[in-house]
This record gives sequence, C-alpha cells and structure tokens, in this order.
Amino acid sequence: MTAQMKWFWYASPQTFFPLAGVLARWCGAAAAVLCAVGLYIGLFVAPTDAQQGDAYRIIFIHVPAAWMSMFLYVLMAFWAAAGLAFNTRLSHMMASALAPTGALFTFIALWTGSFWGKPTWGTWWVWDARLTSELILLFLYFGFMALQAAIDDPRRADKAGALLALVGVVNVPIIYFSVVWGYTMNKGASVSLTKAPSMAATMLAGMLIMTFGFWFYGIAAVLLRARCIMLEREHASDWAGRYAKGIA
Amino acid sequence: MLAAARCIVYRDLLLALRRRSDVATALLFFVIVTSLFPLGIGAEPDLLRSIAPGVIWVAALLSCMLSLGRLFAADHADGTLEQLLLSSEPLGVIAAAKALAHWLVSGLPLVLIAPLIALQYDLPAPLFGVLALSLLLGTPVLSMIGAIGAALTLGLRGGGVLLSLLVLPLYVPVLIMGAGSVDMVAAGLAPDGQLLLLAALLIVAAAFAPWAIAAALRISVE
Repeated sequence: MTAQMKWFWYASPQTFFPLAGVLARWCGAAAAVLCAVGLYIGLFVAPTDAQQGDAYRIIFIHVPAAWMSMFLYVLMAFWAAAGLAFNTRLSHMMASALAPTGALFTFIALWTGSFWGKPTWGTWWVWDARLTSELILLFLYFGFMALQAAIDDPRRADKAGALLALVGVVNVPIIYFSVVWGYTMNKGASVSLTKAPSMAATMLAGMLIMTFGFWFYGIAAVLLRARCIMLEREHASDWAGRYAKGIA
Repeated sequence: MLAAARCIVYRDLLLALRRRSDVATALLFFVIVTSLFPLGIGAEPDLLRSIAPGVIWVAALLSCMLSLGRLFAADHADGTLEQLLLSSEPLGVIAAAKALAHWLVSGLPLVLIAPLIALQYDLPAPLFGVLALSLLLGTPVLSMIGAIGAALTLGLRGGGVLLSLLVLPLYVPVLIMGAGSVDMVAAGLAPDGQLLLLAALLIVAAAFAPWAIAAALRISVE
C-alpha cells in the first residue's frame, strides 16, 4: 500500500463509519468532562467581575459558542471545497453534518449574547457589527440547510450546497467589514466591544476549557450525524446492510 | 467570445421587449412597496427624509430578487440552457451576459425611477445624484450575486422563497454601503468612502460571480 492510498484510506464511508463511531464516543466523553470542569471554574472558582458583577459569567458559554460558530462555518467551507476538488462523497457528507451544529452554536451565541446585553448594556439587542454579522451567519447556515433539503438528488444537493458554502465563506468577512465601516462612518458605534478588559487567569482558563469542551462536543455531534448520513446514503451497500442486521 | 456575449444580451433584451409586462411588474412592485411605507409609518416629512435611502434600497433589493426567478427558468424549460452549456464559448462569459441583460431589464429602470421616488419622500435635490449613482453601482452586484442563487435553485420546488433565503443575506453589504452613501450626503459629509466600496464590490463581483454562476449552472443541469 502506497502512502497516498493510506492517506485516502478513511475517505470511504465503509472504513470511516466504525472510526467515526469510536471517535464520537471518546470525544463525547471528553466534552462532558471538559464542560463540567469549565463550568465549575466559571461558576464557582472565577472571581466576580468588579463592574459587571456575576452577569459576566455567561461569557463561559457565550464566547466559546461564538468562536465555534465561525470556526465551523470555515470548516464546512473547507469540506465543501475538498468535496468539489476531489469529488469525494464523504467530504460532502461532513459538510452537511457540520451545518446543524454550526447553526446551533450561532443561535446559542446570539441567545446568550442578548442575555448578557440586557444587564450590562440595558438592551437585548444592538445593531453592532459583531451581532449583525453573527445574525447573518445564522441566515447563511439556514440557507445552506434549506438548499440541501430542497434538492432530492443527493449528488446535486452536495455540489449546490458546497458552492453556496464557498460563496458564503467569501462573504462573511465582507459582511463583517461592511457593517463595521457602515457604522463607524455613519452613526458611530453605540457600544464598543473591542476594548478587551484585562482578564483574571482563572477566567481565561475557564473560557479555554469550555472552548475545548464545545470543540469536542462539536466533533462528537458532527461525527454521529455523519454516521446517520452515511447509513442513509449507503443503505443499499453490503456494509450498511451488515450493520443494520447487527443492531436489529 | 464578445460576439456570443452580445448575442445573448441582444436575445434577452428582445425577449424582454416582447414580454413587456414582466419588466413592468417588477418596476411597479418597486413603486408600490416604496409608496406603502409612508402609508404605514405616517407621512411626517422629517421621518420620511430619514428613512428614504433605506426604504428605496430595500425595495430595490426585493424588486431585483423578484425577477431573478425568470433569469434561467424559461431557458431551462425549453432546452436553450443545455445548448448554452454545450456551446464552445466559455460558460462564464455567457453567464456574465445573462446577468448583464438581467441588470439592463430590472436594475437600470430602478436607477432611472429612483429620483421620482425620492421626490415623494421629500429628499433634497442634491441627494438625487448620489442615490442614482449608488444604485447604478450597486444593482449590477445584486444581479450577479442573484444569478448564482437563481442558478443553484433552478427547477426546485419552492424555488422563489428558497432563492430569497439564499440571496438576501449576501445582499447585506450592498444595502449598507448603498443606503449609507445617501445618508452621508444627507449628514453633510462626502459619500466617497461608501461609493468606492460599492465600486470595489462591483469589481470583485464582476471578476468572480460569472464563474460561480457557470459552476452553479453545470451543477443544476448535469
């Protein structure tokens, strides 16, 4: 077996399916442990903020969710590009599996952000660059999922979704900067989010641990969803039939 | 290559001329939507002056999107699109010509009629020029991005609503810059920054959108 063949060994649903199951189990366990530790640090160990009181503690959910929402969109576009370039079915399946988890993290970021905004800024929502581009990101996830759901032929759904994801990933920075420039040149931002307050070491540690927890949760959820998509698409093949008999 | 592009533009314009009602409907939609806002919000002149740029631009976005569904649908139904895909000319050039024809039919009339709407909203005369200029720079981008969405949703059930979900989020930068440029002049500042950014968006879209439209057409038709 040459090195190149080994590299693509797991690019087939048949070989990737069992690996995804094992990885999903371990990553799910890691996510549970990390989130428990992170939440403990965030809720009990980290000191109360001098200005915001205990309301700031939502950042242990909010910031990791916001990071993951953007990271997962880029990852989705990466798999979409790989699928278009190498014509590998599994890449497209990964892109489809990533979208709902990405949309979930985007929604959590928006939701917790508005819970954080009410006590600190006195409002649920401001049309700030970050909030607006996060909202548009949610619409982009919805558009990707709606397009794939509307197309019956899986091959066309894969490729159309991939092209849309690539157009979207080019647009996300343009949208962000258009809102930044649109507002700074126009009205002046009402709330400045760019000044990062100095952060206690325990706060940072809690946030990073939560980020890794969300990351592992993302891997586990995406791989489980990818396993379902693989079974659905490959239901006529031998290995899927054997698996179905095994669990029946 | 240019001959093919000219031929496509000429053909689409001729088709639009033969079916004038299609063009008129999108334009009437623009006029009606902009007329609804004073009725719904109230005809306070100060309020109308401040919302006018945003309302006109949002109506332009929606009106442009309404006509996108027809961009490839008829060609797809009668088999012309397959012939275009089989043509020896580069598909990107053909796609750019289709988008250009769409803009000439649905975008350019908006640019011309916008000053009239601006009169209804009691905008001061110095703003008419920048409003028309921002629409002139922005509406071609709407046609090009919209054509990607139209090609992706070709022949799908519920295509129209799906198209709006795909395309409207991508229109956000054009909307912000377009309405922002008029706001700047209204505030007594120079609109150069916004207009240059709109021009930059136009150049980037003109460079990349035709190839994305071509790829989307190949995906939808194969």
